[in-house]
Amino acid sequence: MWIFLVTEVMFFGGLLMAYLLYRVWYPLAWSEGSLELDIRLGGFNTVVLIGSSLTMALAVRSAQTGAQKATVRWLLLTMALGLTFLVVKFFEYREKYLLHHIPGPNFQFEGPEAAHVQIFLSLYFGLTGLHALHMVVGFCVLAVITWMAHRRRFSPEWYTPVELSGLYWHFVDIVWIFLFPLLYLVDRAHHLS
Amino acid sequence: MSGHVSPKTTYYAIFGALMVLTAITVTIAFINLGPLNFPVALGIAILKATLVILFFMHVKYSSQLTKLICGTAFFFLFVLFGLTLSDYLSRGWFVAPGGTAAAGTRVTIGPPAPIAEPAGQTESDTEPQTAPER
Repeated sequence: MWIFLVTEVMFFGGLLMAYLLYRVWYPLAWSEGSLELDIRLGGFNTVVLIGSSLTMALAVRSAQTGAQKATVRWLLLTMALGLTFLVVKFFEYREKYLLHHIPGPNFQFEGPEAAHVQIFLSLYFGLTGLHALHMVVGFCVLAVITWMAHRRRFSPEWYTPVELSGLYWHFVDIVWIFLFPLLYLVDRAHHLS
Repeated sequence: MSGHVSPKTTYYAIFGALMVLTAITVTIAFINLGPLNFPVALGIAILKATLVILFFMHVKYSSQLTKLICGTAFFFLFVLFGLTLSDYLSRGWFVAPGGTAAAGTRVTIGPPAPIAEPAGQTESDTEPQTAPER
């Protein structure tokens, strides 16, 4: 599992590298682009996702101590928080769609940096889209694990699937911990003064 | 397998710390620190990620092998960022005589020169005049 996560780090690392380079080239567009993102929704999602990491950690702990009902409960709570994140993300994407801010032939943006803001939004959709895809995969994995926990398949001697899916879920959380400041926060302040 | 069981209070404390750090990074986003905004936000993100890795993912209590593999990921991430940025950021620091600072960053390749047609292209003065006659 850890080896797989290492490959995942490089997978997102390539996209983050593209983000960094374009940021160096077009700082103004980055500043304008990040203003387009809703910091309240992003912040809310950050809290939700870190909260789901907490419930996931508690689910693993319950599996370790053999508290089977608590394991199922914490796993269900984790899935609910993950679903909340995806729903909020859906509304963020929907707003972008309505504003014609999705890169492509229908892209519309006022301002001298429009072409480069399109690059920023392309990276935004690439990074958050891949992250959301990982969330969907994680959600499906957790559904199976929850079912197995419900069938009392795990014990303090053998709870490996719970632990591994937990590692994956925490990894997805870490990706968001980096995406949130990079996309929503870092270049916002330069527009204020 | 029976790994290390952390007390619940550890998880809640880590969660609290992560929330506080999130609040700090959001607050700082509204303060213009000039070039410092980016490193501060990134530093807080690294701190948060470290807390998640050490405590939620139990790396603090894991074997040396797990720690090594986890470290490998960030080592190669650092190599990727470090080598790429040391190239792109340093371009233009030194310009050789007769050279240009923008040479590597954006290479523009113009359209290919129009191929001169032998018949009916009298206005083209670049037509080859040395075509051998039979």
